[in-house]
Amino acid sequence: MSKRHLLAIFSNFDEAEAAVKELRGSSIKGFDASQDLVVKSPIEHPEVEEFLGAKPVYVQWFTLVGALAGGLLAFFLISGAQANFFDQIKGGKPVVPFPPNFVLTYEMFILGGVYISVLGFFICAGLPARRSPLYSSKVSEDQIGILVKTDEESAGVLKGIFTKHDALEIQEEAGK
Amino acid sequence: MKDIREDIAWAKINKDVLKSLESPRKLYWAILTVAIAMVAVAVGCEVYQYNVGMGVANMDNPHVWGLYIATFIFWIGMSHSGTLLSAILHLMHADWRKPIYRFAEAMTTFSLMTAGLFVAVHLGRVWQIYYALPYPNERGVWPNFQSPLLWDAMAIFTYLSSSILFLYVGMIPDLAICRDNIHSGWRKKLYTLLSLGWEGTDRQWRNFRITYLTIACFLIPLAVSVHSIVSSDFASSQQPGWHITSFGPYFVAGALYSGCAAIITLFIILRYVFKFEEYMTLPILKKVVRLTFAIAMVWTYLNLIEYATVWYSHDEASKHVLIMKATGVYAPFWWMMNFCGSIVPLVMAFKRFQTNIPVMMVVSLLLNLGMWLERWMIVAPTFADGYYPWTWDHDQWPSFVQWGIVFGSFGWFTLLFMVFCKIFPSVSMYEVKEMVYHRSLANKKLEVTGMQESGKGAH
Repeated sequence: MSKRHLLAIFSNFDEAEAAVKELRGSSIKGFDASQDLVVKSPIEHPEVEEFLGAKPVYVQWFTLVGALAGGLLAFFLISGAQANFFDQIKGGKPVVPFPPNFVLTYEMFILGGVYISVLGFFICAGLPARRSPLYSSKVSEDQIGILVKTDEESAGVLKGIFTKHDALEIQEEAGK
Repeated sequence: MKDIREDIAWAKINKDVLKSLESPRKLYWAILTVAIAMVAVAVGCEVYQYNVGMGVANMDNPHVWGLYIATFIFWIGMSHSGTLLSAILHLMHADWRKPIYRFAEAMTTFSLMTAGLFVAVHLGRVWQIYYALPYPNERGVWPNFQSPLLWDAMAIFTYLSSSILFLYVGMIPDLAICRDNIHSGWRKKLYTLLSLGWEGTDRQWRNFRITYLTIACFLIPLAVSVHSIVSSDFASSQQPGWHITSFGPYFVAGALYSGCAAIITLFIILRYVFKFEEYMTLPILKKVVRLTFAIAMVWTYLNLIEYATVWYSHDEASKHVLIMKATGVYAPFWWMMNFCGSIVPLVMAFKRFQTNIPVMMVVSLLLNLGMWLERWMIVAPTFADGYYPWTWDHDQWPSFVQWGIVFGSFGWFTLLFMVFCKIFPSVSMYEVKEMVYHRSLANKKLEVTGMQESGKGAH
């Protein structure tokens, strides 16, 4: 069955919150609030997580892998280069000196952590993204948007809920 | 007095900040013109030095580092307060930083870029800069990984690239605002490209928050490590005046100090030039001034500790360098450094001056003069009065080439910074909105609680 996208714009956060709570509480055919509902806002509202339900974030795993990979890469790269000097006279000094090597390992640990965290952010947040056809620049200013995907036949019910909670504007588009 | 008005409309925040990208006051163009002229002086001096050789800088043996390395340390230090404001205060939930952290982060990035130039300028043979990179030379020999100079190169690269990413990631929501509000031209294309299709969805914000926090957590130890490594360029040598245990924290405190002073200077300039009086408010200036004062006192303490350690250690060579600093050819600069670094900041202790813009402008400039002199007084006197009397050289004076390049570096930094502020929002729009939102929510809660309490009293 073909899907329809709706974007409702609200002037304040409380109205949007009430609309989302009602959407999550009601059972509408062809609409699953945990999958088909996106809240767009000009700032990060910590409350969104409360009423949308906690969703996992995986960026920190990228951070962990990046930092460890960076640190290990640095240590082995430096140690490999220092091993070049094996056939040179070292005067009793260690071929791979741990304390000074710690500094560059530490720097690369951070470098890897930062780079891969940013990469992880792009992957997890779905960036870069094509702009959605249902978008209002008001969302980046001071209004809250609720984007939903539903069956054609249920679109009317959702519109009714949005209207009930004083949506300023409802945009719609036939989905894929 | 409130840090910021809580009833300020979000649409107005967008409008005011976006206006700064279009119509600054005339002073902006005057600053830009002066900055370009200063850069031209530095380029002229560098071309002359490149063609004729390092001799024209009047550097000799033992004065092999001169003003270039002193200024390099100064610019590295300047970068630290961007991290202080954006990362440390972010983790401490100090929301008053929100209107000013963006330009502090930009300051971090551009001061690091300026510092990096000095490494190349100092080499003389700039084409041989690859010797500083972790890359084997023509004989297959790698750089010495145990040298603090190589650590420096790596630490600065890490700090610069991480700072750029931190600045960029934190700016994505604002770039989307620019994209949505600017309707044509190269700016529209630039913002569209850089905002990466950001729409402010709950998924984007969720991941954004964690990423920003993660990078902030990485940047704090990184910033500390960068200036500690720079300090080890000196402290791991055996030179008198440099071989000091407290150099690590001393350098870090000095870095935060000069950076905070620069934030005050730029705060005052941006506030006027871009008409940001509603966002860069006097109560916020007061907080930055108090923070700077506290750091100034830490720096003063560490400075005195350094003098006391040298004096009571009875290491004759180190003591000789200290005495020569206070009484020899460098004495005027050394005393000036102590005056600007430890006496001038006392003005900041007085409430009436903390929000007095002309006074704070002068004070912040004097503090940075003191901090620049501090770096020069670390580098030059030790070279002039090393261990061996036959290497003593008190007559060397940096030539106009050195002074010209140092002078021009301030123009280069100003140029980069002012161009950035004209192209990208120097006040974080979404964070100011968050600040206004959370403060008005807190006020509403207080009002409700107050009403309930007064209701109870009435019964």
